[in-house]
Amino acid sequence: MSEVSVSGKNFRRVVNTLMTSLTAACAFFVVATLVIILGYIAIRGVTSISWQFLIDTPKPVGEGGGIGNAIVGSFIMMLLSSVVGLPLGIAVGVYLAEFGDGWMGNIVRFVTDTLTGVPSIIVGIFIYTLIVLPMGRASALAGGIALALIMIPIVARTTEEMIRLVPTSLREGALALGAPQWRVTLGVVLPAASSGIATGAMLAIARISGETAPLLFTALGSRFYNYYLDKPMSSLTVQIYNYAIGPYDVEHKMAWAATLVLMALILAINIAVRFFTRQKV
Amino acid sequence: MQPNIPTPAAQYGASARRWNWRRALSSTGSTGDAVFRVILFLCAMLILLIVVSMVTMMAANAMPSIRRFGFGFLTGRDWNPVADSFGALPFIYGTIVSSIIALIIAVPLSLGVAVFLVEQAPRRIARPIAFLVELLAAIPSVVYGLWGIFVLAPFLRVYVEPPLQKWFGWLPLFQGRITGIGLLTGGVILAIMVTPIITAVVRDVLAAVPVSQREAALALGATKWETTRVVLANAASGIAGAIVLGLGRAIGETMAVTMVIGNVPQISASLFEPSYTIASVLASNFSEATDELYLSALIQIGLILFLVTFMVNGVAKLLVWSVTRGTSGTARAT
Amino acid sequence: MSTTTPASVPKPRVGDARAGEHQSENVKQPAASEVQAKISVRNLDFFYGRAQALYNLSLDIPERVVMAFIGPSGCGKSTFLRTLNRMNDTIPGTRAVGQVEIDGRDIYAPGTDVVELRRKVGMVFQKSNPFPKSIFDNVAYGLRINRMTTSKGELQEKVEQALTDAALWPEVKDRLKTSALGLSGGQQQRLCIARALAVQPEVVLMDEPASALDPMATQKIEELIVELKQQYTIVIVTHNMQQAARVSDQTAFFWLGKLIEINSTEKVFTNPDEKLTEDYITGRFG
Repeated sequence: MSEVSVSGKNFRRVVNTLMTSLTAACAFFVVATLVIILGYIAIRGVTSISWQFLIDTPKPVGEGGGIGNAIVGSFIMMLLSSVVGLPLGIAVGVYLAEFGDGWMGNIVRFVTDTLTGVPSIIVGIFIYTLIVLPMGRASALAGGIALALIMIPIVARTTEEMIRLVPTSLREGALALGAPQWRVTLGVVLPAASSGIATGAMLAIARISGETAPLLFTALGSRFYNYYLDKPMSSLTVQIYNYAIGPYDVEHKMAWAATLVLMALILAINIAVRFFTRQKV
Repeated sequence: MQPNIPTPAAQYGASARRWNWRRALSSTGSTGDAVFRVILFLCAMLILLIVVSMVTMMAANAMPSIRRFGFGFLTGRDWNPVADSFGALPFIYGTIVSSIIALIIAVPLSLGVAVFLVEQAPRRIARPIAFLVELLAAIPSVVYGLWGIFVLAPFLRVYVEPPLQKWFGWLPLFQGRITGIGLLTGGVILAIMVTPIITAVVRDVLAAVPVSQREAALALGATKWETTRVVLANAASGIAGAIVLGLGRAIGETMAVTMVIGNVPQISASLFEPSYTIASVLASNFSEATDELYLSALIQIGLILFLVTFMVNGVAKLLVWSVTRGTSGTARAT
Repeated sequence: MSTTTPASVPKPRVGDARAGEHQSENVKQPAASEVQAKISVRNLDFFYGRAQALYNLSLDIPERVVMAFIGPSGCGKSTFLRTLNRMNDTIPGTRAVGQVEIDGRDIYAPGTDVVELRRKVGMVFQKSNPFPKSIFDNVAYGLRINRMTTSKGELQEKVEQALTDAALWPEVKDRLKTSALGLSGGQQQRLCIARALAVQPEVVLMDEPASALDPMATQKIEELIVELKQQYTIVIVTHNMQQAARVSDQTAFFWLGKLIEINSTEKVFTNPDEKLTEDYITGRFG
């Protein structure tokens, strides 16, 4: 009586083992891909990098050159986009968390979510028509704002999630003391959610630090150190792109070296965030 | 600053006499709250304004091209800026084909990884692996492009494309010149890029399937894999959402594809041939488009890309919500 | 494949696996053990990580009776029930030490086919958990994965039989292709019973099967349990003492992970051996 299903039982066991190993193989394959990519960047980057490379500006092929101005440019535009994008993103996040339960909130939430998925090249084109065309030239300002537009929806959604995690009791406790809502939100709720919001902000900064497409025709690029927001500015990513598609081997080496710098920044942020959030949980 | 809270009597007295703007804006009736809410509301409206102006600005700038070519723009196969002839079909074709290749590779891979992480791996293994998969999503597009040009493309040219041509060369897909730069390479690099995105969403969706569904299957004598199939069936619409989300990302991905797809505006049956996608034509041509009609045609392409990805992402979001937001296709207990 | 391997833990072998020959325990065994018990548990300890949930349990469950487990919540009765089909294997970090024999075979022995075990020992859960499929497909699921039918007609026959056995057939025979999620709570639970019965188990474990149901639906389930005893060995966990008294032949009382008393239901509810049992059934604590 207990041997009802002898036929096909081995088959079931084989399928089970097969599929179980297959999913493990998928995981292994994806992790291996990551290791290979990072390995190439590490090896090719390390063999091409030097201190001089980190401070030089691009030079004609054969005369060396570096990414000093690109590092500075990326930093300036990231700073600019953070100054514009972080407050706006956080404000939208607070709106969604505090007042976002009606139909208006749902529309804003939906649009914000969908904006996250809009290709970044589209943001570049939009800023081109909005700022570059009227100004008559590419500028760091345009690049920074393009990056800010990419940041805002990311920051908004993480901020909303983090605020919603703040226990209601904390909020009610403050409201019961007779504080108006805006003071409760700014003085109690936001500080309680601050580490989560900071985490989201860091990840958003990591994300825009790797963006290329929105800078291609907004900030354009430059061969010199530039500190003026109304002039074209070089960035690490655009520089990598230009070196990578160049015809000379020297340029390719510089692309790998610049990539190493960029990836070091991005990995540092991601691992720091990981470490930080794990300690909290 | 003094908290400005009117006494109930004053409050009701005021609202009985005339419309009170503070109460209309905020339930507490405090001036600070009303101002606070208005400021936040304006910030939120800015988001909507941005999206609306994206559409209108791009549409306005695309007008010359729209007027000139109409719907023929979508079906025209000739792209020749010198002759003022603009047809977007080669780019649409390249985008669709490279995205399909990406999904064919990425969907099974992502499902495998997600099932492994949620259903099989012990937590102490699953957590670090999940982190590594997320890291894959943190690598910038331009870095994928660099790696694609100098590592992936030569690899495919030497080890993958020749065998494909040898065994499946009777298919038009695998005929032609082998260069390592083309649709196939673009599709593969896209697959690597969308895999972590699809995986992340599928993971959430699988985790949202109630434990009781797994127990029900196990208690009937289902094997681990058969139980996983029940879980997958429960999560079907969410998985569909994850795939559509991956599609949206593949369609809009720019830099990496631009760097490996070859950038030739042609429609060729062969996956080995160079091609162009909508995003890559923008990336490589936009800054040199000085002529008004040329620029306008490019912006029109951008507008199409924007609308398509916006819709694709909207559909994906709705599908994913249907699973992860409480009431869903999953069995509700009692 | 389970993530835990409780079977690898060395277990004390006690006696010869024959009921009636077991060593004297401090827990009294039921008198009805002339025949070999369907389920025979010896010195079972159970752990969630480091926390011990069950202490040295030993008991026999004869064939074709209804055995009720009662006790305050957290006493381990559900945990124990889930050791009988190794459902606890799915919870990471759990460990069972001891012996659980069904038909004389230790289900925690290495090499045990857990999949086959669970087919043989069916389970009905506290909250009904139908699959989001049609009524028919729910019942057919176990038949299909276990390949228990050879033709479409046979499949239909067995589904109908299971639904009839679960006293659900008259209510659903005209809507077999509609979603199981459209059924009422009580119907869903009976569907889950039908689904469990379809794969021809020998033992049916029920974990508070009626706790989420209204009185009418509860009554139907209880009638069904009494009916099913003709064919199956049934172990039911309940927090409802009246229910235990109504449906079961034997009752085991658990307290803080220990088996306090096991006796015929009548005896447990009228004249229990243990003071603790009496206190519990008369509501003097908890």
